Amino acid sequence: MEPVKIVDGLAVPLDRANVDTDAIIPKQFLKSIKRSGFGPNLFDEWRYLDQGEPGQDCSARPVNPDFVLNAPRYKGARILLTRDNFGCGSSREHAPWALADYGLQALIGPSFADIFFNNSFKNGLLPIVQPAAVVDTLFAECEATEGYRLVIDLAAQTITRPGGEVLGFEVDAFRKECLLNGWDDIGLTLRHADEIRAFEARRRIEHPYFFS
Amino acid sequence: MEPKTLYEKLWSSHLVREEPDGTALIYIDRHLVHEVTSPQAFEGLKLAGRAPWRVHSIVATADHNTPTDHWDRGILDPVSRQQVETLDANIREVGALAYFPFKDERQGIVHVIGPENGATLPGMTVVCGDSHTSTHGAFACLAHGIGTSEVEHVLATQCLLQKKSRTLLVQVDGALPAGVTAKDVVLAIIGRIGTAGGNGYAIEFGGSAIRGLSMEGRMTVCNMAIEAGARAGMVAVDDTTIDYLRGLPFAPAGADWDRAVTYWRTLHSDDGARFDKVVRLDASQIEPQVTWGTSPEMVVPVGARVPDPAEVSDPVKREGIERALKYMGLAPNTPIGDIPVDQVFIGSCTNSRIEDLREAAAVAKGRTKAGSVKRVLVVPGSGLVKRQAEAEGLHEIFIAAGFEWREPGCSMCLAMNADRLEPGEHCASTSNRNFEGRQGAGGRTHLVSPAMAAAAAVTGRFTDVRTMQGA
Ligand code: SF4
Repeated sequence: MEPVKIVDGLAVPLDRANVDTDAIIPKQFLKSIKRSGFGPNLFDEWRYLDQGEPGQDCSARPVNPDFVLNAPRYKGARILLTRDNFGCGSSREHAPWALADYGLQALIGPSFADIFFNNSFKNGLLPIVQPAAVVDTLFAECEATEGYRLVIDLAAQTITRPGGEVLGFEVDAFRKECLLNGWDDIGLTLRHADEIRAFEARRRIEHPYFFS
Repeated sequence: MEPKTLYEKLWSSHLVREEPDGTALIYIDRHLVHEVTSPQAFEGLKLAGRAPWRVHSIVATADHNTPTDHWDRGILDPVSRQQVETLDANIREVGALAYFPFKDERQGIVHVIGPENGATLPGMTVVCGDSHTSTHGAFACLAHGIGTSEVEHVLATQCLLQKKSRTLLVQVDGALPAGVTAKDVVLAIIGRIGTAGGNGYAIEFGGSAIRGLSMEGRMTVCNMAIEAGARAGMVAVDDTTIDYLRGLPFAPAGADWDRAVTYWRTLHSDDGARFDKVVRLDASQIEPQVTWGTSPEMVVPVGARVPDPAEVSDPVKREGIERALKYMGLAPNTPIGDIPVDQVFIGSCTNSRIEDLREAAAVAKGRTKAGSVKRVLVVPGSGLVKRQAEAEGLHEIFIAAGFEWREPGCSMCLAMNADRLEPGEHCASTSNRNFEGRQGAGGRTHLVSPAMAAAAAVTGRFTDVRTMQGA
């Protein structure tokens, strides 16, 4: 995984609550056995007017002009502003794969669904929780100001608004380290392989029926 | 000793280590694997030159993509076929405790086959690259849905990185009225707490109404814990749990069984255990439920009406309702009973077990599909459920009623195979998600119980099954 330190980019406001992972990447694209290439089908049913199928050339498809990601002013956005419970539903990691493949690097919203939140960190995508009132302000500013950019500094845990105001945010120490360094969880966990082995050996003795 | 919740008992018995910030390594006993979320994990493992830690923890099957009819023709969609073949190849190479491939007599939906084979046992941690893994919590397991990176992490380390959840007790006391089932209970719970109400919590379902449910009913309830935002849901062990497990293929036997049962009897929340939050429902007040919108929390009793956004003051909520009504093609205040039904789907990991099929068959018996209903699919959750239903003659009831009796699989729950809705069609579905496009682009899903789905099939609209039963 590439390290994530600073996200400096255009924000795009997706003004819907409960955006589910079926909407982020519809199921027909889950048939792929790869991790990449999902970006063109991000929010497929909202973004295009026709029905998306895997393997299509998306550049030739009719786009929905009313969908916010299609507005020219948000082209190249790096930061997605979201509403409550973003990423609910299916555990598909294809959702953060699609968001990241599209070019997004951070999400800011009042709450995220648990599994999605977890999956995001593992793919270099930083979900940031902010109080609902702050999110409201960011939506309003972003919609009112063309070229609205935010600078997110993960090490300092700050979001800097265009006017220079700074917001703080919380992030787990462990997840932060992993993102900053681009560390792979598995490698980190395997450093504790002896502890896992010892735990497993004790468990085998205590509960042999779980090992048959 | 401090009284403990069931969740705390399961958590502490699997804790390998904990970092100062609370990030913990949790040991995983059972790893369920299916074709959609595993290929990238196996590939990642191979690319990193890592070996799987304990292949005997793996139980695998193909379910999401597999067709539910004409099995003799194989999987026609080449992309789906490749995914299933990739799973075949990965399991062949790596190994597993059990693999139920496409067409195997015990193949089925991953959350149906684990429990019915005794591969899901009380006290285990169970993971699967599928959010409805919460189902297995019905057996007093700590069961989590995980992403593909986590599937790879569990394959490689037999552990999951987790933070301890807060605990939520959903206490449902009292007697359920006739015609009201586990599905109605869980829909009523989600209607109460909302789809984000369980975010960050592990839910324990308790109370006399939950204890009165069969294992099938408890699985239905735990299955939808994730629709309330909780990654895990669970029910304490009691005689119902133990009677269900006795004699199943992967359940312990002999002295091991006795030892296991002694342990399992401890898997409940102690008297006086403290929960971070408690929600109480009166079972006697629960009615058959029908969702009207595009989120499981958009649910009302069958006798009610679709809401009117004009009466909602919160602007985000109001817009959500307006958008949902537009998508669903419904006018505000429409009586639920007036919504016409185009298709009916009885199946999915929520409601495809034998008891669900019996409930549907009891309503369908001696009746026939309404002429206005285009199709009624009955899709058993597994090969074993299918054979049991056939032994009981349920399939004959369905076929006589004009329903289609299919092979097991996920089918129209997520419409990855050929079973799907056409744009604009309303579907009475026993599945768990009514999201936009879930059952086919433009399709309109209404979540209901199996009995209510059968009632919709024979009447062509949402009908209160309590007015039909015993009729
Ligand atoms: S039946 Fe539906 S919810 Fe259950 S595992 Fe299959 S696709 Fe997922």
